[in-house]
Amino acid sequence: MTTSFEQGINTLKKVIDAPIASYFSSCTSCGLCAQGCVFYTEIGDARYTPIHRLEPMRRIWEQEYTVLGRLKKLVGLSKAVTQQELQDHVELVFESCTTCGRCSMMCPVGNDIVYMIRKMREGMTAAGLAPKELKVAATKTLEKGSVMGFPMDTLEAMVRAAEKETGIKINIDEPNVDYLLLLSSAEVMQFNEIIGALAQIFEQAGVTWTLSSTAHEAGNPGMHMGASDIEAEMINRIVAAAEELNIKRVISPECGHAYMAIRWEGPNVIGRPYPFKVYHIIEVLDRLRAEGRLKTTGCEDERLTFHDPCQAARRGGVNEPQRNLLNMVTCNFVEMKDTQACNWCCGGGGGVSSIESTEPLRKKIFHRKRRQIEELDVTTVVTMCATCRNTLEEGIEDNGMEVEVLGLTEVVANHLLKEKEA
Amino acid sequence: MNEIELLNWARGPGLTYATIFMVFGLTLRVIEILAMGRDKELAEVRASGVANGWRMILKRSIPEPRNWKYITAAYIWHIGLLIVVFFFIPHTQLFRDVFGWWFGGVPSFIIDFFTVLSIAALLYTLVQRFTDPARRILSRMSDYLAWLVTFLPFVTGYMAFHRLGTDYTLMLALHILSVELLMVALPISKLSHAVTFFMARYYTGSSFGRRGIQA
Repeated sequence: MTTSFEQGINTLKKVIDAPIASYFSSCTSCGLCAQGCVFYTEIGDARYTPIHRLEPMRRIWEQEYTVLGRLKKLVGLSKAVTQQELQDHVELVFESCTTCGRCSMMCPVGNDIVYMIRKMREGMTAAGLAPKELKVAATKTLEKGSVMGFPMDTLEAMVRAAEKETGIKINIDEPNVDYLLLLSSAEVMQFNEIIGALAQIFEQAGVTWTLSSTAHEAGNPGMHMGASDIEAEMINRIVAAAEELNIKRVISPECGHAYMAIRWEGPNVIGRPYPFKVYHIIEVLDRLRAEGRLKTTGCEDERLTFHDPCQAARRGGVNEPQRNLLNMVTCNFVEMKDTQACNWCCGGGGGVSSIESTEPLRKKIFHRKRRQIEELDVTTVVTMCATCRNTLEEGIEDNGMEVEVLGLTEVVANHLLKEKEA
Repeated sequence: MNEIELLNWARGPGLTYATIFMVFGLTLRVIEILAMGRDKELAEVRASGVANGWRMILKRSIPEPRNWKYITAAYIWHIGLLIVVFFFIPHTQLFRDVFGWWFGGVPSFIIDFFTVLSIAALLYTLVQRFTDPARRILSRMSDYLAWLVTFLPFVTGYMAFHRLGTDYTLMLALHILSVELLMVALPISKLSHAVTFFMARYYTGSSFGRRGIQA
């Protein structure tokens, strides 16, 4: 994609729709969104006030889409957005915002602020201002098929290892099965026990499934960048794979932003509804539980809590399934004080953890999560997003905390009733 | 023009012009927004979103206790404004003349209480605008002007009722003019949120509802 300042401005003009116009019309500059933001509340820099991050976009809205603003522009009373201003907002739109959406829960007039941040990123990327790490991740994903740039051979090796360990055959490119499973790069490279865990769960539940060699990556840097063309290309690969294999259900893995991209944004960026349904893996497991097809034994007796990933829970609407599963396999589960729709962000989402320069910021804002965990006196934090898991592990290590982080699928798999026991 | 002529202008043509400007301006604001449109949702939704849109309109009116430090004053003067505007007996008579029917009024001492409380709360919000870093960075000249035109009718109304300051006729004329200033400012400032917040909440609530998120 060619980029230029003019293209950035044009994109910003184009992305403003009725909701955004109603949001800017309704903002009373009350600053309550700041109270929802982990960056503002932990660091205290007024520039992190969520709606302030959108100032260039607000001016474009006023100058282009209001009668009064157009009059002001005509008589030279308003100031056009400059390249320098957009440049200055890179920090505010990409580096210090995880698009967690907690600000949107605080706004008294109901503005969905993070919806606007997401749109503003489109303008910034069109202006050539996307952070280089996100661009690199996007290129790797397009060229190699995975965010971290590993080839299919790597995934295949992981699959074979999981097969060996579990004694269960794992399909690649198998048509006409129940589910197509997507994985995030982090799962393949760091948390690959998930593959064996799922193989065991699905084997027990009698679910047939496959991975695809052409569309295994659920992560979508196009979404973080606000590059609709890249996002659409990744979505189209998944759609093509599902269509070719004649699969009617696609599973988004334990990755919050992947779920947002494939479940909610996908059909809108490719411009047509899917010929299949999309579920978060935890929704699938909960459905198997409800149908009596997921049989577990015993329960985790460690005192543990759950971290709701923002894109799956607050923004994606998956709030109950994880709790149903936790109640099934744990017996000492405690909720954080702020949870579900009002949970505090881990600090790594929205592409922030992949941007190197954000490390000092991430360290500072993690203290919110640290306090949330410490006040519960737990030994384990369970989550359902690989990015959250990484960020939590990093933060816990930095702070010398004695807390283990686990993925929910793995916890469920650990308690799976084995055939011979059944 | 003497005080009586000014008062007559204020409650006659002045009020008519201000009303026309306000209604026309706010309608234009709403049309401006609706005309932008929004893309059709192509993802498979969990619910239509309509019910949640309406729920959001109501639910975001309920105070969020965790933010009490930042919202208490605003709640006080918004409630005060509604009571004073719609239930002060002379106001109810005006509305009755215009609409043919209106609610009963409440005793003056209650109006007085809410007026003083609202004035104090508004002053406190101004202090917050200077002292709270988030509010301060967001505040532009228009925010301070919006505050001022909201503040003036309370003060002039209170002064007229208690025969304070200048001559009563002049004070009443100034009160009505300050209300007209507020009416004119409504569509051309952020005060338009009085109408557009319904839309903002509905848009957010409905999109949350489609994804299965409670308002």
